[in-house]
Amino acid sequence: MLIFTLCGSGWLEIVLKTGVLRRLKRAVLSILPISLLFLVWDAYAIAKGHWFFDRSQMLGIIGPFHIPLEEYLFFIVVPLAAILTIEGVTTVKPHWRKGEFGE
Amino acid sequence: MIYSDIAIAAFSISVMVDLFLFKNSMLTRAAFWTSYAIILPFQLLTNWWLTSRNIVMYNPHAIIGFRICAAPLEDLLFGFALVLSVMGMWEFWGRRGMQRH
Repeated sequence: MLIFTLCGSGWLEIVLKTGVLRRLKRAVLSILPISLLFLVWDAYAIAKGHWFFDRSQMLGIIGPFHIPLEEYLFFIVVPLAAILTIEGVTTVKPHWRKGEFGE
Repeated sequence: MIYSDIAIAAFSISVMVDLFLFKNSMLTRAAFWTSYAIILPFQLLTNWWLTSRNIVMYNPHAIIGFRICAAPLEDLLFGFALVLSVMGMWEFWGRRGMQRH
């Protein structure tokens, strides 16, 4: 699923030259604070048993707060795909960038 | 709190922050809704994959029980909040002049 998402959005960087990976600092500062909040939620939900994972379908590496490696990767890959998508959209439709920065 | 409460809270907070805290709302822009329209089918597809194969399972007591494409309805609120807040942050830094191009 993670590889699918990476491929499904990654081509935008190459074909449309969205330049998201080039702007690593901005991407990291956009993803990290939000992902941390969602990972706190994830840790809470795992601790409370809101959701659980099939160990036989996982890599088996469990990180801090009993959160599996896949979950940590999810909160990097999915937000990155979201940024790639909106940058892809505004690359194809440049007039939608008007007012982007409130100018 | 169960998954439903937190999902509704996350959705509401992300919408409030976007509309009232950030100067330039994503929710009023065509670029956001077009992106979300592209992302939504992919979310439904990957959600379906993860839940129908029981890779991820949900405690029946933690969800309302209404499912779309095998996944709990709550997942859509969670996904919307995640996508909106990350895109909001991306624009926030851009507005402050960080790596605009």
